[in-house]
Amino acid sequence: MSVFDGLKFRRVYSPIHNLDPRIKFVYVCAVFVVAIIFSEILPLIALFLMPIPFVLLAGVQKEWLRSLRGAAFLAGFIFIVNIASNFFTSGYVLTAGAVETSAAMTLRFVVLVESFSVFFLTTSPDHLGLALEQTRVPYEFAFAFTTAVRFVPVLAEEAQTIMDAQKARGLELEKGGFLKRIRNYVPVLIPLIVSAIRRSLELAEAMESRAWGATKKRTNLYALKLHRGDFALLAITIGVLVVAIYVRLYVPVPAISQFL
Amino acid sequence: MIEVENVHFRYPNGVEALKGVSLVIKNGEFVAIMGQNGAGKTTLVKHFNGLLKPSEGVVRVNGVETTKTSVAALSRNAGFVFQNPDHQLFSETVEEEISFALKNFGFEAETIEKRITWALNLLGLAQYRKTSPFLLSGGERKRVALASVLAWNPETLILDEPTIGQDYQQKEKLRQFIVQMQTQGKTVVIVTHDVEFVAECNPRVLLMKEGAVVADGEGREILTDPEVLVQSSIVLPQIAQIFLKLAPLGLPKNVIDVYEAKEIVLKALEKRRK
Amino acid sequence: MAVIETKNLTYTYPGGTKPSINSVSIKVEKGEFVLITGPSGCGKTTLCRCFNGLIPHFYQGELKGEITVADMDTATHETHAMAKSVGLVFQNPENQLFALSIEKDVAFGLENLGMPREEMRERVDWALKLTDIYDLRERSPHEVSGGQQQRVAIAAVLAMQPEIIVLDEPTSFLDPLSAEKIFEVIHELNKKLGITVVLVEHRLDLTAKYADHIIIMDEGKVCFDGNPREILSTEETRLIGVGIPKATLLYHILQKEGVKLGDVTPLSSEELAKLLQEAFETK
Repeated sequence: MSVFDGLKFRRVYSPIHNLDPRIKFVYVCAVFVVAIIFSEILPLIALFLMPIPFVLLAGVQKEWLRSLRGAAFLAGFIFIVNIASNFFTSGYVLTAGAVETSAAMTLRFVVLVESFSVFFLTTSPDHLGLALEQTRVPYEFAFAFTTAVRFVPVLAEEAQTIMDAQKARGLELEKGGFLKRIRNYVPVLIPLIVSAIRRSLELAEAMESRAWGATKKRTNLYALKLHRGDFALLAITIGVLVVAIYVRLYVPVPAISQFL
Repeated sequence: MIEVENVHFRYPNGVEALKGVSLVIKNGEFVAIMGQNGAGKTTLVKHFNGLLKPSEGVVRVNGVETTKTSVAALSRNAGFVFQNPDHQLFSETVEEEISFALKNFGFEAETIEKRITWALNLLGLAQYRKTSPFLLSGGERKRVALASVLAWNPETLILDEPTIGQDYQQKEKLRQFIVQMQTQGKTVVIVTHDVEFVAECNPRVLLMKEGAVVADGEGREILTDPEVLVQSSIVLPQIAQIFLKLAPLGLPKNVIDVYEAKEIVLKALEKRRK
Repeated sequence: MAVIETKNLTYTYPGGTKPSINSVSIKVEKGEFVLITGPSGCGKTTLCRCFNGLIPHFYQGELKGEITVADMDTATHETHAMAKSVGLVFQNPENQLFALSIEKDVAFGLENLGMPREEMRERVDWALKLTDIYDLRERSPHEVSGGQQQRVAIAAVLAMQPEIIVLDEPTSFLDPLSAEKIFEVIHELNKKLGITVVLVEHRLDLTAKYADHIIIMDEGKVCFDGNPREILSTEETRLIGVGIPKATLLYHILQKEGVKLGDVTPLSSEELAKLLQEAFETK
């Protein structure tokens, strides 16, 4: 119950959320590779449209659009830089081809952002932690990851409480010039750090007490198993790669500006 | 004086933590706000020094609406001591810790010096003046936090869960301290679910449940009413439990104090003998 | 048969100037419900840390004297070896749950021990049901109340099927009703499964009635050790500042005034109410 509720993850169930995070990751990587090997706009448009059914199936449209909006500024920047450099290097003329290439470059960036955001929006942290545990990543890393996810909202809430406690003692965070404002945060940061250290000690104590490090062959309550959906996604991934490579090697990709 | 008129409060995530609370706390009163975790107790008291502003309704402190002034200005009147001292201690010495608020409020160096000495003596911390607060025990840290608020001599003292993790002696000291504040005419508001502690102090009790005040009255009346308490997840104090069971014998139900209990039992036995 | 036995146990934290516990000699029998109490800083928590080898393995420092817990010398057995026999539940529920779902947290210890999945599943479900949180198993720890979190912590040590469960002020952050629920769960584990319980608590009014054995500490030393009814009837316990239950206190005051209420010191309001009812009916 606080301002920081947004940081707490909620478990959601949908056909996409239930997919194996490892396969989803492979798919995202495949989209990545395809986006890199094409610089023409048509295949990039196709790639741009590809995640949409996933987003709809997972029911995360709102969050997805928000992440795209977040990327819009950077995308605009990329577009302008591309156009400008083209404009200056090609003797101060603006061609339709140049606009198209710039748009393609921008679209490539957007494709990268959107496919990653689909991955993170539809993969719950505990699933991801589990995937880390079962892909031979040392268990310590997987554990560090899940504990971080677990405690980030707790720390954020604590920071809020500390700020309240200091405000109640007359601290005005927004007062003074730039340097003074930074200094205003000292009474917030010190208790936050001290309490984080104290918390980590208590955590370590609790872990020790529950047989941390008893055996090298740790087992796991959950098993990640591949289901039909996972195989389907794997098939799609391989299909996309094969088609993309075939097209790249044997089919010339037309540019839209040629038709104008 | 704190006036709360039909206050609603919604957190940004849409959770409605207060659902139409109205109350008045007069100067010099001692009030215990009780209720289950999540009932809205802390949310309510955070309105008393402006840390939270009502989404609907009005909170007035000494006639001034909290939306029209700053937390700093309101805190001059209402000193808020948080539950966990570690959420505020940051200085190298106890002395500096206590001077923090005094400097923020713009006291003069000479006054600051006097106030520090006064607050340290009041809470029995004089020997730790130059010690780092981080080296002190939990109970001592709690007292430093209290001293750092008390130092600017606010009219109202708000204590959030002051008895958590405290042993019997520390609680007894706290009780005596509150009595002392009372005799100086200060308003004291505590947020707690420690029934035995409240039973010993016998303040006015405000019982909250799901963002609303469900009972408001004398401690001895509310803490002895099992129907009211059970809906707020509060257990009756032991003495009240005993007298609830003895009620069929014609003894009064509203008893929470041990010594009062003794008198009543002795008198009743005397009567029987005759 | 003693499951915990210490002889002249003395321990100083690294950098400490004086011992936090000083020649502590106690004995806890199998199946007992032991209550350890005393003013803040009396060494209760330090003693708990000795029971599963956190002292000396995690905290270092200087440990002298003898200590045997579940037939193991904690000085030579690492904490993870002790974990199967001794479960520790800490004060702050928030800082002892680290997984993203409750059942995963309960499984944490078993995973560390490398238990096969099917057996682990059974144990986890068993522990969740005993602590009455089975329906919450897929929730995340931050979605449940403090009382429920503390029950998760108890389930997590219970899943290891220990002989002894040590709880260090497990209810200080909880409201009275949630606290009572915790004590009832512990009491049941003690009575039904015969698990030895060591409970550290200030709030004797809520807990004294469950105890078979009470140990009162002050300044690192044990000052009282024995039957709770006998010990809580002595005047000195009040002088050390142990908050004895109000019912017990009222009983003493009445006894002093010459009211005869029998020789068995009551530890709960039910017991005293019964004695008083009898007194009223006979007269």
